[in-house]
Amino acid sequence: MPAPLLRVDGLEVALASTGATIIEEVSLSLEPGETLGVVGESGSGKSVLALTVMGLLPRALARTRGNIQLGGDELTTLSPDAWRDRRGRDMAMIFQEPMTALNPVMRVGHQVEEVLMNRRGMSAGDARRRATALFERVEIPEPARRLAAFPHELSGGMRQRVMITIALAAEPRLLIADEPTTALDVTIQAQILDLLRDLQKERGLALLLITHDLGVIAEITDRVLVLYAGRVAEVAPARLIFDAPAHPYTRALLASRPALTGPRDRLVSIEGAVPSVGAMPPGCRFAPRCSFAIGPCMTAPPALIACAERHAAACVRVGELG
Amino acid sequence: MLGFLTRRLAGAFLVLLLVSVLSFGIIWLVPGDPAAVFLDAGATPDQVERLRRELGLDKPLAMQVVEWYSRILKGDLGRSILLSRGVTEAIIERLPVTLSLAGISLVLSVVAGVAAGMVAATKHGQPVDQAVMAGALFGLSIPEFWLGLVLIVVFAVQLGVLPTGGFVPPTESITGWIRSITLPAIALAVVHMGFIARMTRAALLEVLSQDFIRTADSKGLTRLHILLRHGLPNALIPILTVTGIVAGSLLGGTVIIEQVFSIPGVGRLIIGAILSRDFPVIQGGLLFVALVYLTINLLVDICYAIVDPRVRLE
Ligand SMILES: Nc1ncnc2c1ncn2[C@@H]1O[C@H](COP(=O)(O)OP(=O)(O)OP(=O)(O)O)[C@@H](O)[C@H]1O
Ligand SMILES: [Mg+2]
Repeated sequence: MPAPLLRVDGLEVALASTGATIIEEVSLSLEPGETLGVVGESGSGKSVLALTVMGLLPRALARTRGNIQLGGDELTTLSPDAWRDRRGRDMAMIFQEPMTALNPVMRVGHQVEEVLMNRRGMSAGDARRRATALFERVEIPEPARRLAAFPHELSGGMRQRVMITIALAAEPRLLIADEPTTALDVTIQAQILDLLRDLQKERGLALLLITHDLGVIAEITDRVLVLYAGRVAEVAPARLIFDAPAHPYTRALLASRPALTGPRDRLVSIEGAVPSVGAMPPGCRFAPRCSFAIGPCMTAPPALIACAERHAAACVRVGELG
Repeated sequence: MLGFLTRRLAGAFLVLLLVSVLSFGIIWLVPGDPAAVFLDAGATPDQVERLRRELGLDKPLAMQVVEWYSRILKGDLGRSILLSRGVTEAIIERLPVTLSLAGISLVLSVVAGVAAGMVAATKHGQPVDQAVMAGALFGLSIPEFWLGLVLIVVFAVQLGVLPTGGFVPPTESITGWIRSITLPAIALAVVHMGFIARMTRAALLEVLSQDFIRTADSKGLTRLHILLRHGLPNALIPILTVTGIVAGSLLGGTVIIEQVFSIPGVGRLIIGAILSRDFPVIQGGLLFVALVYLTINLLVDICYAIVDPRVRLE
């Protein structure tokens, strides 16, 4: 087994103001060329996890515990500037909202070229040629003309392609995509996902793909991490998530999943609501909504219990329910 | 872009039309006979009659309106009663003085104000930010004329390093010009500096919290690069807006500062005209000031379209 490119260990992120934790004891590892899916309902901390790894947490949040290693180097002990230097070189991120993620008053070509020039030391001419080639690669029609466009002149799908180009320009080893297709039309979603998968294969990227869409997981990820209310509920090879889900929350997610052909909307159909930050139940965070909950579930958060190779779930009843 | 400009121009034209009606009408707002008001109480009816004829007040109203518009359309603002010369020439002669004073103050306040606002925004919530904001608030609350007087007392009277007033044209002596314009320009600029600093800070803070700044951050670009290439360009619209307001306000401010520093500019010309009830100068001055304000606004509008591609679409 190759050494992991990204290792997150016991990560905890809290509100800077109250200290209420948003994610807790999150650990994961990601190998070069591997795609790890992160699923969970809205508010489960998927974006916070991604931003923490990138070193892009907003001021209101702070990492309070845990380690993040990239290519064997510890990131959490780096100075902010040294961490900054890792971004756009070793790691890049594609954001959820292509409408607001691009600078509205800068031509999109320049938003790509500035990475090539400032981070890869290219001349303006080389950067322009490279940006044109990248636009071609991500299937933006008429690349030379599109380089001169402003974001508002492009469709959502085109903007997300520009975002992907920006991420690729850095030639990162780790690519984090935070719900890259949520804001797009269904037909465009499939195209963007295909593109991401192809690029990942082509470049041997380690891809951390955040989604709330189990269909996406089935299509392009190798392994899956299920987050619930800021904690890992289950981690498993993608196939096993569908064939042998171990955590009751994962099962509920699967049960509430719309037909593969239907619209992929947010997961809303699990009974009850996600507990809110600062008001987490003392035991298993899913217990209040769980039909299998028993006494011990209410007292302490369950540890991850291995149930097969590379498969673990944070549920005290893993063995019995399997 | 062309449509955008045409609409702005049409709007400016309407305002100008309104102001022209107003400045024509001013003379009718004066209680009694404008000619008699200008002349002393001791003037003979003959003298009053002659002045009335000179001002064209003896003609029927419709005739006066036609004459007024045919004159101003040619750029002729009439003749000053007091100076017995053309109003247009009098204004044009003094214009470089006022424009250089207002222009230098504008550059001073924009450069210092934007820089201070940028520093404050990047050090948001830190002591530097608080110091800059306190300084800006202090600057904002100092009346221009008072600051002018204090500067005269300190730098001209006590230290004796700069003249107390007057104006040296740059054609005569560059150093003399700089020395004569320094104190009035500073007196005018300080208030506006504070204003621009506060607006710049607010605009930048708003921009720096947006998603595309996080994208820039994810590229590993330096903080300075992000501030200058992504932050500032997106904050330019509000900064341009205040710059336009400040440019207008500076022109207003020159009226007082020209008095304080005895600078022979357009402001002093207009004040003199008001005090001596020299109606053609008041009317022409009003029209001229409106024209300047509209030009500033038009320039700001054009700048909007240059800095923000989305404006061109509207
Ligand atoms: N800047 C912030 N200040 C305060 N709380 C925040 C901030 N950002 C995120 N949170 C909180 O952290 C929790 C996790 O948010 P996060 O954005 O990671 O969810 P998510 O899983 O990405 O959801 P979605 O699917 O809607 O994107 C939420 O409860 C949210 O309220
Ligand atoms: Mg999110």
